Amino acid sequence: MIQLLAFYLFAAVVCVSGAFTILSRNPVHSVLWLILAFFNAAGLMVLANAEFIAMLLVIVYVGAVAVLFLFVVMMLNIDFAELRAGVMKYAAVGFALAVALVAEILIAVGAYSAGTLQLGRRIAPIDAKVNNIEAIGQLLYSRYLFVFEGAGLVLLVAMIGAIVLTLRPRTDVKPQKISRQVQRRAKDATRNVNHPVGQGVEL
Amino acid sequence: MTPFFQWLGLPFEWAWFVATIAGILLISLPLMLAVAMIIYVDRKIWAAMALRRGPNVVGPLGLLQSFADGLKVFLQETIIPSGANKTLFLLAPIITFTVALIVWAVVPFQANVALSHINVGLLYVLAASSLGVYGIILAGWASNSKYPFYSAIRAAAQMVSYEVSIGFVLISVVLWAGTFNLGDIVEAQKGSAIFGWVNGYFANPLLFPMAIVFFISSLAETQRAPFDLTEAESELVAGYQTEYSSMAFALYWLGEYANVILMCALNATLFWGGYLPPIDWAPLYYVPGIIWLLAKMCFFFFCFSWVKATVPRYRYDQLMRLGWKIFLPLSLLFVFLVSGYLMLARVGVPA
Repeated sequence: MIQLLAFYLFAAVVCVSGAFTILSRNPVHSVLWLILAFFNAAGLMVLANAEFIAMLLVIVYVGAVAVLFLFVVMMLNIDFAELRAGVMKYAAVGFALAVALVAEILIAVGAYSAGTLQLGRRIAPIDAKVNNIEAIGQLLYSRYLFVFEGAGLVLLVAMIGAIVLTLRPRTDVKPQKISRQVQRRAKDATRNVNHPVGQGVEL
Repeated sequence: MTPFFQWLGLPFEWAWFVATIAGILLISLPLMLAVAMIIYVDRKIWAAMALRRGPNVVGPLGLLQSFADGLKVFLQETIIPSGANKTLFLLAPIITFTVALIVWAVVPFQANVALSHINVGLLYVLAASSLGVYGIILAGWASNSKYPFYSAIRAAAQMVSYEVSIGFVLISVVLWAGTFNLGDIVEAQKGSAIFGWVNGYFANPLLFPMAIVFFISSLAETQRAPFDLTEAESELVAGYQTEYSSMAFALYWLGEYANVILMCALNATLFWGGYLPPIDWAPLYYVPGIIWLLAKMCFFFFCFSWVKATVPRYRYDQLMRLGWKIFLPLSLLFVFLVSGYLMLARVGVPA
């Protein structure tokens, strides 16, 4: 009963906030609706007993990706009139995408009701007592090791690429060198001068 | 608590529901009181270190000072700037305060006493703490004012940076304990160091540096001194809450201290044995676990205040340097060392 109520609550909020992500005029509001959608999707995952995926969804998408979205959207000075002027130009592409998505959903529902796929059977069944983090870990680091490492490498390359694109040698900054500051002693900075009267100091 | 409500005649689901609500109230109401008292304690410690008296007028020893302040802000007018985005402006402090409370769901107060025994407890903590950024960013943006926005950007960058090293520190703890459940992590610390005498990972030479990194990162995560650049009065007027008044301001205030208490609890739970007594000696177990947990939290809160009273504020580039160039490589190195040691020590044992 409570599960059912929770499911309908989460599902309804996901749908509504998904719609508002597209419909709201202010891009910051869009991102916030998107965050709400992510959050409720995580709730749905918890209901499906996939709590690991749910937590990852919140940590990765809400905690990192959406923060960056929000940063970019807040910092950019977006001209809404200009954005909206281009709507009709892309209407055809947008319509084609919408048709493709609807078709995919219909096909997926059809395939789902036609019977389950047999892929899952090839893996030895996992002990029901093992909780799902351990089960995912065991599969990820044994059967899917190469795929997993490959995904890691792709991310590494993407990260290096981003650094290479943004890194530029700068000559106008004077960075603090902590080790030099720590090693500096009084005798490096001061000297005693026995200075005669009536003469300027030589530096 | 569920069996009790079932005994009262409720069906299981509703008994569970009522029991959970009761549990939430049982945690959050004392927490509010604790926040009020901890603000008083913070001011007292700070005053003592500055050779002042601190709050000493309202009530005996000034104990009621926080309540007087609370009453004052409650009676003030809530002012919403005309240029502000009204909904988000009011939503932001609520988010901050809520996020500070939700993590308590997984904190174990005694053996098997926690609101929720989920097996992804530590990930839940990380997920909730990554939400904390939103209350602040939204406050800065919705105020439609320059200084709060600067502060919000600072806070967001700071919290995101230190969450990275916190994540790695948590991973090394999880590797050692072999579980994400906070209660099981505490149980795994029983007699875990120095020939089984000491309860707590802090006495473990591979995890002690991580305990220090976690403590400093938790200072940064809660924007306490010396990392309180978001509230640098000399540069930013007051910080992201500049435009807030009355209860909305009080919610930020409470949320900030609730976060501090939470970080004290997490420090105690993850590295210092949580509800276990410090030494694995049978008579000490007669003292209820929650007393040990509270004692450890008080100790860490004293450290938080101590740091606030004695350490000057960092410059922003120094803050970023500490986070990215020192803590990140250090915690990564220790993840390698911990997993390497565990591979060596537990070779042939299933994970």
